[in-house]
Amino acid sequence: MTEATLKADPKGVLTGVHFIDGDHAACEGALAAGCRFVAGYPITPSTEIVERFAARIPKVGGVFIQMEDELAASIAIQGGVWAGHKVMNVTSGPGLSLMMEHLGYAAMTETPCVWVDVQRGGPSTGLPTLPAQADMMQVKWGSHGDYEIIALSPNSPQECFDLMIKAFNLSEEYRCPVFLMMDEVVGHMTERVNIPPADQIEITDRKWTKKKPGEYKAYATTSDDLVPEMVKAGDGYRIHVTGLTHDERGYPAMDVPNQAKLIPRLLNKIRNNTEQLLDVRMDGCDDADVIVMSFGITSRVATAAIEAARAKGLKVGNLRLIICWPFPVKLIQQLAEKVKAFVVPELNMGQMVLEVRRAVEGKVKVISIPHPGGTVHEPETILEQIIEAAR
Amino acid sequence: MSESLDLRLALAETELENPVLPYLRQDRIPHIWCPGCGIGSVVTSFAEAVRRSKLDRDKIAVVSGIGCTGRVAGYVDFDSMHTTHGRAIPVATGLHLANPDLKVVVFSGDGDLTGIGGNHFIHAARRNMNLTVICVNNFTYGMTGGQVTPTTPSGANASTTPYGNYEYPFSLPFLADAAGATYIARWTSLHSRNVTQSIEEALKHKGFSFVEVISPCTTLYLRRNRLGDGVDTLQYYQDNSILKHGADTRETAIDFQGKMLVGKFVERQKPTYLDAVNATCAKLIGDDYQLYGKTPPEKEAEKKAAAKGKKKAAK
Repeated sequence: MTEATLKADPKGVLTGVHFIDGDHAACEGALAAGCRFVAGYPITPSTEIVERFAARIPKVGGVFIQMEDELAASIAIQGGVWAGHKVMNVTSGPGLSLMMEHLGYAAMTETPCVWVDVQRGGPSTGLPTLPAQADMMQVKWGSHGDYEIIALSPNSPQECFDLMIKAFNLSEEYRCPVFLMMDEVVGHMTERVNIPPADQIEITDRKWTKKKPGEYKAYATTSDDLVPEMVKAGDGYRIHVTGLTHDERGYPAMDVPNQAKLIPRLLNKIRNNTEQLLDVRMDGCDDADVIVMSFGITSRVATAAIEAARAKGLKVGNLRLIICWPFPVKLIQQLAEKVKAFVVPELNMGQMVLEVRRAVEGKVKVISIPHPGGTVHEPETILEQIIEAAR
Repeated sequence: MSESLDLRLALAETELENPVLPYLRQDRIPHIWCPGCGIGSVVTSFAEAVRRSKLDRDKIAVVSGIGCTGRVAGYVDFDSMHTTHGRAIPVATGLHLANPDLKVVVFSGDGDLTGIGGNHFIHAARRNMNLTVICVNNFTYGMTGGQVTPTTPSGANASTTPYGNYEYPFSLPFLADAAGATYIARWTSLHSRNVTQSIEEALKHKGFSFVEVISPCTTLYLRRNRLGDGVDTLQYYQDNSILKHGADTRETAIDFQGKMLVGKFVERQKPTYLDAVNATCAKLIGDDYQLYGKTPPEKEAEKKAAAKGKKKAAK
């Protein structure tokens, strides 16, 4: 990849040790990553992120606006990107549902932006103040048409900060929407958060073109690099950005050849890099009989269950997804050669477990531990299933 | 050889260029608009207004949503965004706030702007966001085949009101005025010079400026309502437009084939959204506040001095 790596702008970095919740830490991560424009719309349990941004940004140098609804918020940020800013979109389930069309717009126009979903129980208004992990499939499949996104899942306030920066960097590298899939518990849990000095935070710059107006084609790519270079409005390039199927110039080109060229590229710029986008934490997976795969807040409960199972002498691996999308199919397939079973607890009625089943193709047992949301699993529930799986 | 042909040949030799052409993406012409449609006239007026305004065209961005008027962004040679249905104004808001040096212009039809996008329209006006919004109002959803819109006059026929429209329409100047817009004008596509002048004024206006242009949809609205062709409609505009600058916007409703008030209805000064952000934060936060999108007066003076020095050096 050719993106320039910079150091964080110290103006946005609140270096030091803090005792803050995940929402506040996520906001600090965004500021450290260089986010200077947010168009928000309040929704529980994500509101603290935009509230903190509204309070902090006037002193950092940037602007916040509370829009009239989520439709406006999720597209106003994209206007902000095309004028040169790094931006973030903050919401929870019902808001996310309203934003789906603009997820597609960001994917189609290759607008780098970070989407934060502090998940709560659904469907519909559901459980506004209580956790879930039930939007995992929505972010992947919720907008119409074929598209790819990247999604990260933090399990602590510290990770809300760290992974937010990573999310921003990935959005610039791949020019796609990147999700930070928080949940109500992680968002409202207060822990120690260490914010390093600005010069220790690496920032991926936008993939600005060096070409001159006239030479530059907005969506031209090469076979080695499927991510086009970018410009911003006001620099004389007279770019055209459209959600219609477009050609290399960015002009509408609604025909079969252009669709056949554009859509595979949008997918392959992510899919071809699935290996580079592998980010998991593995513990004791090498000689495990059973692997528990989890992500986000559930990984903390799973860890307690795994430790209890190990105390009983069982060989249990702990696999935690940091990047959930793209899903690490290959890794799961490799592990499936060695283990008896996978156990997949998640705060939904069985979403990411479908990906595990798809990967293992029936070779080993895959046990889903669903939960309708509202609280986290009991470690005992997971332990029971581990014992069952190890039989 | 006839005299008129001589004249045409002579004109061809002088290589006069259409003054609008440099403002169009000529590699995208021909456009999709129907013969007799008014959108092209409004685009011509816009191009002429930009030329006259002497604004730096590379600091102008054009945003549109979906629909026939939504295609304007694709034809004009500016930084342009063709967005989702109804959301041109939020995109424009994002562009403007992220780079306040840009003059952002929204081109939108009546269905896009006041139906699906109505909420954004009133809120941008309420905030006095520094945007120019041009609405080509042809009383119909043209792209999808002539459905009823929020501005279709009561009684008019549309494909989704095949027995006549039984709803009450919006009067857009009244709506914009009530919501807080600080510049409001209405013309028809017949009034091309007035449209040009109003767009030029709107471009220079600080705050939310709104120009409505009543325009014929020959293929759908006119045909469905048996109103003849584009020329018949221009005649209707000629006979039924009543010029009234400063008119009370409560009187600007349009009945089916009725009289229409046209003119500049509203022009007032009020702090823009960003002015208000800066004023409030500067007052309450004090020295820690980073003035946004505006150079502090002392830096402005420095910049001017530097520019003067450069000019002198160039001489």
